Amino acid sequence: MENQEVISKVNDFLIDEFEIDEDQLIPAASLKETLEIDSLDYVDLVVIIERNFGFKVKGEDFAAIKSLQDFYDYIIEKAQVN
Amino acid sequence: MNRVVITGMGIYSTIGKNIEEVNNSLYNGKSGIGFEQLRKDMGFRSALTGIIERPNLKGELKRRQRVGMAEEGEYAYVATVEALKQAKIDDDFLERFDVGILYGNDSSARAVVNSHDLLKEKKDTALLGSGAIFQSMNSTITMNLSTIFKLKGINLTVSAACASGSHAIGMGYHFIKSGLQDIIICGGGQEINAHSMGSFDGLSAFSIREDQPQKASRPFDRDRDGLVPSGGGATIILESYESAVKRGANIIAEVIGYGFSSNGDHISVPNVEGPAKSLEMALRDAQLKSNQIDYINAHATATPVGDLNEAQAISKVFGEKTPYISSTKSMTGHEMWMGGASEIVYSILMMQNSYVAPNINFENPDEFSAKLNIATETIKNHNIDIFLSNSFGFGGTNSSLIVKKIK
Repeated sequence: MENQEVISKVNDFLIDEFEIDEDQLIPAASLKETLEIDSLDYVDLVVIIERNFGFKVKGEDFAAIKSLQDFYDYIIEKAQVN
Repeated sequence: MNRVVITGMGIYSTIGKNIEEVNNSLYNGKSGIGFEQLRKDMGFRSALTGIIERPNLKGELKRRQRVGMAEEGEYAYVATVEALKQAKIDDDFLERFDVGILYGNDSSARAVVNSHDLLKEKKDTALLGSGAIFQSMNSTITMNLSTIFKLKGINLTVSAACASGSHAIGMGYHFIKSGLQDIIICGGGQEINAHSMGSFDGLSAFSIREDQPQKASRPFDRDRDGLVPSGGGATIILESYESAVKRGANIIAEVIGYGFSSNGDHISVPNVEGPAKSLEMALRDAQLKSNQIDYINAHATATPVGDLNEAQAISKVFGEKTPYISSTKSMTGHEMWMGGASEIVYSILMMQNSYVAPNINFENPDEFSAKLNIATETIKNHNIDIFLSNSFGFGGTNSSLIVKKIK
Protein backbone atom coordinates (compact mmCIF):
# COMPACT_ATOMS: atom_id res chain seq x y z
CA MET A 1 0.00 0.00 0.00
CA GLU A 2 1.40 3.40 -1.04
CA ASN A 3 1.98 5.97 1.70
CA GLN A 4 -0.47 8.38 0.17
CA GLU A 5 -3.10 5.67 0.05
CA VAL A 6 -2.65 5.01 3.78
CA ILE A 7 -2.90 8.72 4.58
CA SER A 8 -6.01 9.02 2.46
CA LYS A 9 -7.65 6.03 4.19
CA VAL A 10 -6.80 7.36 7.64
CA ASN A 11 -8.20 10.76 6.78
CA ASP A 12 -11.37 9.17 5.40
CA PHE A 13 -12.16 7.30 8.59
CA LEU A 14 -11.27 10.24 10.78
CA ILE A 15 -13.75 12.33 8.79
CA ASP A 16 -16.47 9.68 8.36
CA GLU A 17 -16.31 7.75 11.61
CA PHE A 18 -14.88 10.30 14.02
CA GLU A 19 -16.62 13.26 12.41
CA ILE A 20 -13.49 15.40 12.44
CA ASP A 21 -13.47 18.43 10.10
CA GLU A 22 -11.27 17.88 7.07
CA ASP A 23 -9.49 21.21 7.53
CA GLN A 24 -8.28 20.10 10.98
CA LEU A 25 -6.37 17.18 9.48
CA ILE A 26 -2.93 18.74 9.27
CA PRO A 27 0.11 16.52 10.04
CA ALA A 28 1.14 18.59 13.07
CA ALA A 29 -2.28 18.34 14.70
CA SER A 30 -2.27 16.80 18.17
CA LEU A 31 -4.56 13.79 18.38
CA LYS A 32 -5.66 14.66 21.90
CA GLU A 33 -5.79 18.44 21.98
CA THR A 34 -6.61 19.37 18.40
CA LEU A 35 -8.54 16.36 17.13
CA GLU A 36 -10.03 15.68 20.59
CA ILE A 37 -9.45 11.93 20.44
CA ASP A 38 -10.13 10.72 23.99
CA SER A 39 -9.31 7.48 25.80
CA LEU A 40 -12.46 5.75 24.58
CA ASP A 41 -11.84 6.87 21.00
CA TYR A 42 -8.54 4.95 21.06
CA VAL A 43 -10.57 1.78 21.68
CA ASP A 44 -12.53 2.52 18.50
CA LEU A 45 -9.33 3.35 16.58
CA VAL A 46 -8.13 -0.19 17.26
CA VAL A 47 -11.34 -1.55 15.71
CA ILE A 48 -11.20 0.74 12.69
CA ILE A 49 -7.51 0.09 11.99
CA GLU A 50 -8.16 -3.65 12.06
CA ARG A 51 -11.07 -3.21 9.67
CA ASN A 52 -9.14 -0.96 7.26
CA PHE A 53 -5.60 -2.34 7.41
CA GLY A 54 -6.02 -5.86 8.74
CA PHE A 55 -3.73 -5.66 11.79
CA LYS A 56 -4.42 -5.31 15.50
CA VAL A 57 -2.93 -2.38 17.36
CA LYS A 58 -1.97 -2.80 20.99
CA GLY A 59 -3.47 -0.06 23.11
CA GLU A 60 -0.08 0.76 24.61
CA ASP A 61 1.33 1.54 21.14
CA PHE A 62 -0.74 4.72 21.16
CA ALA A 63 1.36 6.13 24.02
CA ALA A 64 4.08 7.24 21.59
CA ILE A 65 1.69 8.65 19.01
CA LYS A 66 1.15 12.32 19.68
CA SER A 67 0.50 13.98 16.32
CA LEU A 68 -1.40 13.00 13.23
CA GLN A 69 1.95 12.62 11.42
CA ASP A 70 3.05 10.13 14.13
CA PHE A 71 -0.19 8.27 13.50
CA TYR A 72 0.35 8.17 9.70
CA ASP A 73 3.93 6.96 10.21
CA TYR A 74 2.84 4.24 12.62
CA ILE A 75 0.17 2.92 10.25
CA ILE A 76 2.50 3.09 7.23
CA GLU A 77 5.18 1.11 9.08
CA LYS A 78 2.75 -1.52 10.39
CA ALA A 79 0.92 -1.80 7.08
CA GLN A 80 4.19 -2.58 5.29
CA VAL A 81 5.12 -5.27 7.81
CA ASN A 82 1.69 -6.84 7.46
CA MET B 1 -44.67 17.38 51.89
CA ASN B 2 -44.34 18.87 48.41
CA ARG B 3 -47.02 18.65 45.78
CA VAL B 4 -45.66 16.88 42.68
CA VAL B 5 -46.57 18.18 39.24
CA ILE B 6 -45.76 17.40 35.63
CA THR B 7 -44.31 20.26 33.61
CA GLY B 8 -43.26 18.54 30.40
CA MET B 9 -43.74 15.34 28.42
CA GLY B 10 -42.36 13.73 25.31
CA ILE B 11 -42.95 10.52 23.41
CA TYR B 12 -41.41 8.44 20.62
CA SER B 13 -43.60 5.45 19.91
CA THR B 14 -45.03 3.13 17.29
CA ILE B 15 -48.07 5.40 16.94
CA GLY B 16 -46.17 8.67 16.56
CA LYS B 17 -42.80 10.33 16.96
CA ASN B 18 -43.97 13.26 19.06
CA ILE B 19 -46.86 14.47 21.21
CA GLU B 20 -48.91 15.80 18.31
CA GLU B 21 -48.63 12.68 16.15
CA VAL B 22 -49.40 10.42 19.09
CA ASN B 23 -52.43 12.47 20.10
CA ASN B 24 -53.83 12.13 16.57
CA SER B 25 -53.24 8.38 16.55
CA LEU B 26 -54.88 7.89 19.94
CA TYR B 27 -57.90 9.91 18.94
CA ASN B 28 -58.28 8.02 15.67
CA GLY B 29 -57.60 4.56 17.10
CA LYS B 30 -54.56 3.99 14.89
CA SER B 31 -52.52 0.82 15.36
CA GLY B 32 -48.71 0.70 15.32
CA ILE B 33 -48.47 -3.08 14.88
CA GLY B 34 -46.97 -4.97 11.95
CA PHE B 35 -45.30 -8.19 10.83
CA GLU B 36 -41.51 -8.65 10.80
CA GLN B 37 -40.30 -11.46 8.55
CA LEU B 38 -36.95 -11.65 10.39
CA ARG B 39 -38.72 -13.09 13.43
CA LYS B 40 -40.23 -15.85 11.35
CA ASP B 41 -36.83 -16.58 9.81
CA MET B 42 -35.33 -16.81 13.30
CA GLY B 43 -37.93 -19.37 14.44
CA PHE B 44 -40.36 -17.16 16.31
CA ARG B 45 -43.86 -18.46 16.95
CA SER B 46 -45.16 -14.95 16.24
CA ALA B 47 -43.63 -12.33 13.95
CA LEU B 48 -45.95 -9.58 15.19
CA THR B 49 -44.33 -6.50 16.67
CA GLY B 50 -44.69 -2.76 17.08
CA ILE B 51 -43.06 -1.04 14.10
CA ILE B 52 -40.78 1.89 14.75
CA GLU B 53 -38.15 3.82 12.82
CA ARG B 54 -34.89 4.48 14.64
CA PRO B 55 -34.20 8.19 14.96
CA ASN B 56 -31.18 9.53 13.09
CA LEU B 57 -29.21 11.48 15.69
CA LYS B 58 -26.12 12.10 13.54
CA GLY B 59 -25.66 15.82 13.42
CA GLU B 60 -27.74 16.30 16.57
CA LEU B 61 -25.43 14.49 18.98
CA LYS B 62 -21.67 14.12 18.84
CA ARG B 63 -20.22 10.75 17.93
CA ARG B 64 -19.06 10.13 21.51
CA GLN B 65 -22.61 10.79 22.72
CA ARG B 66 -24.07 8.33 20.21
CA VAL B 67 -21.74 5.32 20.26
CA GLY B 68 -22.75 4.19 23.73
CA MET B 69 -26.45 4.54 23.11
CA ALA B 70 -28.61 1.50 22.34
CA GLU B 71 -31.85 1.93 20.42
CA GLU B 72 -33.98 2.38 23.56
CA GLY B 73 -31.63 5.18 24.58
CA GLU B 74 -32.24 6.90 21.26
CA TYR B 75 -36.00 6.71 21.72
CA ALA B 76 -35.67 7.99 25.29
CA TYR B 77 -33.39 10.81 24.14
CA VAL B 78 -35.87 12.08 21.54
CA ALA B 79 -38.73 11.90 24.04
CA THR B 80 -36.66 13.70 26.66
CA VAL B 81 -35.68 16.54 24.32
CA GLU B 82 -39.39 17.11 23.64
CA ALA B 83 -40.26 16.94 27.35
CA LEU B 84 -37.50 19.34 28.43
CA LYS B 85 -38.53 21.79 25.73
CA GLN B 86 -42.13 21.70 26.91
CA ALA B 87 -40.94 22.19 30.50
CA LYS B 88 -38.82 25.16 29.39
CA ILE B 89 -35.67 23.62 30.80
CA ASP B 90 -32.60 24.49 28.75
CA ASP B 91 -28.89 23.64 28.90
CA ASP B 92 -28.15 26.65 31.08
CA PHE B 93 -30.76 25.56 33.64
CA LEU B 94 -29.42 21.99 33.64
CA GLU B 95 -25.94 23.37 34.24
CA ARG B 96 -27.01 25.48 37.23
CA PHE B 97 -29.52 23.26 39.04
CA ASP B 98 -29.60 19.65 40.26
CA VAL B 99 -31.97 17.82 37.93
CA GLY B 100 -32.25 14.06 38.37
CA ILE B 101 -33.25 11.11 36.20
CA LEU B 102 -35.24 7.99 37.15
CA TYR B 103 -35.97 5.91 34.08
CA GLY B 104 -37.49 2.49 33.61
CA ASN B 105 -35.60 -0.06 31.55
CA ASP B 106 -35.12 -3.78 31.97
CA SER B 107 -33.03 -5.00 29.04
CA SER B 108 -30.59 -4.07 26.34
CA ALA B 109 -30.38 -7.40 24.61
CA ARG B 110 -29.39 -6.46 21.07
CA ALA B 111 -26.16 -4.81 22.24
CA VAL B 112 -25.27 -7.91 24.26
CA VAL B 113 -26.03 -10.24 21.34
CA ASN B 114 -24.05 -8.09 18.89
CA SER B 115 -21.00 -8.07 21.16
CA HIS B 116 -21.21 -11.79 21.69
CA ASP B 117 -21.48 -12.49 17.95
CA LEU B 118 -18.52 -10.19 17.23
CA LEU B 119 -16.43 -11.82 19.94
CA LYS B 120 -17.12 -15.27 18.54
CA GLU B 121 -15.98 -14.06 15.12
CA LYS B 122 -12.94 -11.97 16.13
CA LYS B 123 -11.87 -13.77 19.31
CA ASP B 124 -10.50 -10.51 20.71
CA THR B 125 -12.33 -8.24 23.14
CA ALA B 126 -10.25 -5.28 21.95
CA LEU B 127 -12.28 -5.38 18.74
CA LEU B 128 -15.68 -4.89 20.38
CA GLY B 129 -15.43 -1.10 20.34
CA SER B 130 -15.90 1.47 23.07
CA GLY B 131 -19.69 1.73 22.97
CA ALA B 132 -20.61 -1.91 23.53
CA ILE B 133 -20.44 -1.90 27.32
CA PHE B 134 -22.46 1.31 27.66
CA GLN B 135 -25.10 -0.04 25.28
CA SER B 136 -25.31 -3.39 27.04
CA MET B 137 -26.23 -2.46 30.59
CA ASN B 138 -29.77 -2.10 31.93
CA SER B 139 -28.86 1.42 33.01
CA THR B 140 -27.89 2.36 29.44
CA ILE B 141 -30.61 5.00 29.22
CA THR B 142 -29.85 6.80 32.46
CA MET B 143 -26.08 6.65 31.98
CA ASN B 144 -26.35 8.13 28.49
CA LEU B 145 -29.00 10.76 29.14
CA SER B 146 -27.37 11.92 32.36
CA THR B 147 -24.15 12.47 30.43
CA ILE B 148 -25.76 14.16 27.42
CA PHE B 149 -27.92 16.51 29.51
CA LYS B 150 -25.22 16.99 32.19
CA LEU B 151 -27.58 15.98 34.99
CA LYS B 152 -26.44 16.44 38.56
CA GLY B 153 -29.25 14.96 40.66
CA ILE B 154 -30.42 11.39 41.33
CA ASN B 155 -29.28 9.08 38.51
CA LEU B 156 -30.93 5.68 38.62
CA THR B 157 -32.55 3.04 36.43
CA VAL B 158 -35.66 1.30 37.70
CA SER B 159 -35.96 -2.32 36.55
CA ALA B 160 -39.31 -3.82 37.38
CA ALA B 161 -40.31 -5.72 34.24
CA CYS B 162 -43.43 -4.30 32.61
CA ALA B 163 -44.02 -1.94 35.52
CA SER B 164 -40.57 -0.27 35.22
CA GLY B 165 -41.75 3.02 33.73
CA SER B 166 -44.62 3.33 36.19
CA HIS B 167 -42.45 2.63 39.22
CA ALA B 168 -39.87 5.14 37.92
CA ILE B 169 -42.56 7.83 38.06
CA GLY B 170 -43.73 6.56 41.45
CA MET B 171 -40.16 6.77 42.80
CA GLY B 172 -39.74 10.24 41.34
CA TYR B 173 -43.01 11.28 42.98
CA HIS B 174 -41.66 10.25 46.38
CA PHE B 175 -38.24 11.87 45.86
CA ILE B 176 -39.95 15.18 45.10
CA LYS B 177 -42.74 14.83 47.64
CA SER B 178 -40.18 14.33 50.40
CA GLY B 179 -38.06 17.28 49.26
CA LEU B 180 -34.99 15.32 48.14
CA GLN B 181 -35.19 16.71 44.59
CA ASP B 182 -37.01 19.54 42.83
CA ILE B 183 -37.00 18.21 39.27
CA ILE B 184 -36.59 14.68 37.94
CA ILE B 185 -36.70 13.39 34.36
CA CYS B 186 -38.85 10.25 34.63
CA GLY B 187 -39.88 7.78 32.00
CA GLY B 188 -39.44 4.43 30.39
CA GLY B 189 -37.65 3.03 27.35
CA GLN B 190 -38.04 -0.24 25.50
CA GLU B 191 -35.98 -1.80 22.72
CA ILE B 192 -37.84 -3.28 19.74
CA ASN B 193 -35.85 -6.05 18.16
CA ALA B 194 -36.05 -9.77 17.63
CA HIS B 195 -32.94 -10.47 19.75
CA SER B 196 -34.62 -9.18 22.88
CA MET B 197 -37.91 -10.99 22.34
CA GLY B 198 -37.07 -14.58 21.36
CA SER B 199 -37.16 -15.91 24.91
CA PHE B 200 -40.46 -14.15 25.60
CA ASP B 201 -41.90 -15.53 22.34
CA GLY B 202 -40.84 -18.95 23.62
CA LEU B 203 -43.43 -18.69 26.41
CA SER B 204 -46.20 -18.64 23.75
CA ALA B 205 -47.39 -15.36 25.25
CA PHE B 206 -47.61 -13.50 21.93
CA SER B 207 -50.61 -13.25 19.65
CA ILE B 208 -50.35 -15.38 16.52
CA ARG B 209 -53.02 -13.51 14.57
CA GLU B 210 -50.35 -12.84 11.94
CA ASP B 211 -52.77 -12.48 9.03
CA GLN B 212 -54.29 -9.40 10.72
CA PRO B 213 -51.46 -7.59 12.57
CA GLN B 214 -53.53 -4.55 13.48
CA LYS B 215 -56.31 -6.75 14.85
CA ALA B 216 -53.92 -8.86 16.91
CA SER B 217 -53.69 -6.80 20.10
CA ARG B 218 -57.17 -7.30 21.60
CA PRO B 219 -57.14 -6.44 25.31
CA PHE B 220 -60.25 -7.61 27.20
CA ASP B 221 -61.76 -9.13 24.01
CA ARG B 222 -63.15 -12.63 24.36
CA ASP B 223 -61.03 -13.87 21.45
CA ARG B 224 -57.69 -12.39 22.52
CA ASP B 225 -54.77 -14.76 22.08
CA GLY B 226 -51.79 -12.94 23.54
CA LEU B 227 -49.84 -9.71 23.55
CA VAL B 228 -47.86 -8.01 20.78
CA PRO B 229 -44.39 -6.80 21.87
CA SER B 230 -43.60 -3.18 21.17
CA GLY B 231 -41.54 -0.28 22.51
CA GLY B 232 -40.15 3.24 22.19
CA GLY B 233 -39.46 5.97 24.75
CA ALA B 234 -41.62 8.18 26.97
CA THR B 235 -40.54 10.98 29.28
CA ILE B 236 -42.30 13.21 31.77
CA ILE B 237 -40.72 16.00 33.77
CA LEU B 238 -41.73 15.69 37.42
CA GLU B 239 -41.31 18.81 39.51
CA SER B 240 -42.30 20.21 42.88
CA TYR B 241 -45.25 22.58 42.60
CA GLU B 242 -43.19 25.27 44.28
CA SER B 243 -40.34 24.96 41.77
CA ALA B 244 -42.74 24.97 38.81
CA VAL B 245 -44.48 28.13 40.05
CA LYS B 246 -41.16 29.81 40.80
CA ARG B 247 -39.90 29.09 37.26
CA GLY B 248 -43.15 30.13 35.66
CA ALA B 249 -43.41 26.68 34.07
CA ASN B 250 -46.60 25.45 32.46
CA ILE B 251 -48.10 22.91 34.86
CA ILE B 252 -49.67 20.09 32.88
CA ALA B 253 -51.00 17.87 35.66
CA GLU B 254 -50.39 16.72 39.23
CA VAL B 255 -49.39 13.24 40.42
CA ILE B 256 -51.55 12.61 43.48
CA GLY B 257 -51.32 8.89 44.10
CA TYR B 258 -48.93 5.97 43.81
CA GLY B 259 -49.75 2.45 44.87
CA PHE B 260 -47.65 -0.66 44.62
CA SER B 261 -47.57 -4.28 45.68
CA SER B 262 -45.96 -7.58 44.97
CA ASN B 263 -48.10 -10.65 44.34
CA GLY B 264 -45.83 -13.01 46.26
CA ASP B 265 -47.05 -15.66 43.88
CA HIS B 266 -46.18 -17.04 40.43
CA ILE B 267 -43.34 -15.56 38.35
CA SER B 268 -45.42 -15.03 35.19
CA VAL B 269 -49.07 -15.68 36.04
CA PRO B 270 -50.67 -12.63 37.68
CA ASN B 271 -53.34 -12.84 40.35
CA VAL B 272 -56.26 -10.65 41.45
CA GLU B 273 -55.25 -9.72 45.00
CA GLY B 274 -51.90 -8.06 44.16
CA PRO B 275 -53.19 -5.64 41.53
CA ALA B 276 -56.27 -4.87 43.66
CA LYS B 277 -53.98 -3.99 46.57
CA SER B 278 -51.95 -1.65 44.34
CA LEU B 279 -55.13 0.07 43.11
CA GLU B 280 -56.45 0.50 46.65
CA MET B 281 -53.15 1.88 47.89
CA ALA B 282 -53.04 4.46 45.10
CA LEU B 283 -56.59 5.57 45.94
CA ARG B 284 -55.72 5.84 49.63
CA ASP B 285 -52.57 7.82 48.83
CA ALA B 286 -54.61 10.21 46.69
CA GLN B 287 -57.34 10.34 49.36
CA LEU B 288 -59.95 9.49 46.77
CA LYS B 289 -62.92 7.20 46.51
CA SER B 290 -63.07 4.99 43.44
CA ASN B 291 -66.04 6.90 42.00
CA GLN B 292 -63.85 10.01 41.69
CA ILE B 293 -61.73 8.43 38.95
CA ASP B 294 -62.85 9.54 35.46
CA TYR B 295 -60.75 7.15 33.39
CA ILE B 296 -58.64 4.03 33.88
CA ASN B 297 -55.79 3.25 31.53
CA ALA B 298 -55.64 -0.49 32.07
CA HIS B 299 -52.51 -2.58 32.01
CA ALA B 300 -54.39 -5.20 29.94
CA THR B 301 -51.90 -6.64 27.46
CA ALA B 302 -54.31 -9.08 25.75
CA THR B 303 -53.05 -12.24 27.42
CA PRO B 304 -55.93 -14.51 28.41
CA VAL B 305 -55.14 -14.70 32.15
CA GLY B 306 -53.69 -11.22 32.67
CA ASP B 307 -56.74 -9.38 31.37
CA LEU B 308 -59.07 -11.74 33.19
CA ASN B 309 -57.42 -11.01 36.53
CA GLU B 310 -57.11 -7.26 35.98
CA ALA B 311 -60.80 -7.08 35.09
CA GLN B 312 -61.61 -8.82 38.37
CA ALA B 313 -59.25 -6.55 40.32
CA ILE B 314 -60.87 -3.44 38.84
CA SER B 315 -64.35 -4.79 39.60
CA LYS B 316 -63.28 -5.64 43.14
CA VAL B 317 -62.14 -2.06 43.77
CA PHE B 318 -64.60 -0.10 41.62
CA GLY B 319 -67.71 -2.21 42.05
CA GLU B 320 -70.45 -2.47 39.42
CA LYS B 321 -70.06 1.05 38.03
CA THR B 322 -66.60 1.64 36.61
CA PRO B 323 -65.34 4.75 34.85
CA TYR B 324 -64.40 4.52 31.17
CA ILE B 325 -61.58 2.04 30.71
CA SER B 326 -59.30 1.41 27.77
CA SER B 327 -56.05 -0.35 27.15
CA THR B 328 -54.00 1.74 24.74
CA LYS B 329 -51.94 -1.41 24.18
CA SER B 330 -54.68 -2.31 21.70
CA MET B 331 -53.02 0.29 19.45
CA THR B 332 -49.40 0.41 20.61
CA GLY B 333 -48.85 -3.21 21.52
CA HIS B 334 -47.19 -3.93 24.85
CA GLU B 335 -44.48 -1.33 25.40
CA MET B 336 -43.22 -3.25 28.41
CA TRP B 337 -40.44 -1.41 30.32
CA MET B 338 -41.71 1.82 28.75
CA GLY B 339 -45.45 1.20 29.10
CA GLY B 340 -45.99 2.60 32.57
CA ALA B 341 -44.55 5.92 31.47
CA SER B 342 -46.00 6.11 27.97
CA GLU B 343 -49.47 5.35 29.27
CA ILE B 344 -49.22 8.35 31.59
CA VAL B 345 -48.41 10.47 28.52
CA TYR B 346 -51.31 8.92 26.55
CA SER B 347 -53.74 9.48 29.42
CA ILE B 348 -52.63 13.10 29.92
CA LEU B 349 -53.21 13.73 26.21
CA MET B 350 -56.76 12.42 26.64
CA MET B 351 -57.18 14.60 29.72
CA GLN B 352 -55.88 17.69 27.93
CA ASN B 353 -58.05 17.11 24.87
CA SER B 354 -61.20 15.76 26.57
CA TYR B 355 -61.57 12.33 25.03
CA VAL B 356 -61.07 8.69 25.87
CA ALA B 357 -58.94 6.78 23.37
CA PRO B 358 -60.55 3.56 22.21
CA ASN B 359 -59.72 0.04 23.25
CA ILE B 360 -59.60 -1.02 19.61
CA ASN B 361 -60.38 -4.62 18.65
CA PHE B 362 -62.72 -5.06 21.62
CA GLU B 363 -65.57 -6.82 19.86
CA ASN B 364 -66.93 -9.30 22.38
CA PRO B 365 -66.49 -9.23 26.15
CA ASP B 366 -65.69 -12.25 28.27
CA GLU B 367 -67.43 -12.96 31.56
CA PHE B 368 -65.33 -10.44 33.51
CA SER B 369 -64.63 -7.70 30.97
CA ALA B 370 -68.41 -7.51 30.44
CA LYS B 371 -68.60 -5.87 33.86
CA LEU B 372 -66.26 -3.04 32.83
CA ASN B 373 -67.16 0.17 31.01
CA ILE B 374 -64.69 -0.33 28.17
CA ALA B 375 -64.45 2.39 25.51
CA THR B 376 -64.95 0.48 22.28
CA GLU B 377 -64.60 3.64 20.23
CA THR B 378 -63.28 7.15 20.88
CA ILE B 379 -65.40 8.82 23.55
CA LYS B 380 -65.50 12.42 22.40
CA ASN B 381 -66.05 15.43 24.65
CA HIS B 382 -65.44 13.41 27.78
CA ASN B 383 -63.99 15.42 30.64
CA ILE B 384 -61.22 13.71 32.58
CA ASP B 385 -60.22 15.42 35.80
CA ILE B 386 -58.53 12.42 37.38
CA PHE B 387 -57.23 9.21 35.83
CA LEU B 388 -55.60 6.05 37.10
CA SER B 389 -53.01 4.02 35.20
CA ASN B 390 -52.05 0.42 35.99
CA SER B 391 -48.83 -1.42 35.22
CA PHE B 392 -48.04 -4.97 36.24
CA GLY B 393 -44.97 -7.09 35.54
CA PHE B 394 -43.24 -10.46 35.78
CA GLY B 395 -42.48 -11.45 39.33
CA GLY B 396 -45.82 -10.01 40.37
CA THR B 397 -44.69 -6.39 40.61
CA ASN B 398 -47.64 -3.97 40.49
CA SER B 399 -47.80 -0.18 40.19
CA SER B 400 -50.74 2.21 39.99
CA LEU B 401 -50.49 5.95 39.46
CA ILE B 402 -53.21 8.58 39.84
CA VAL B 403 -52.90 11.89 38.00
CA LYS B 404 -55.11 14.94 38.33
CA LYS B 405 -55.79 17.88 36.05
CA ILE B 406 -54.53 21.25 37.27
CA LYS B 407 -57.28 23.85 37.21
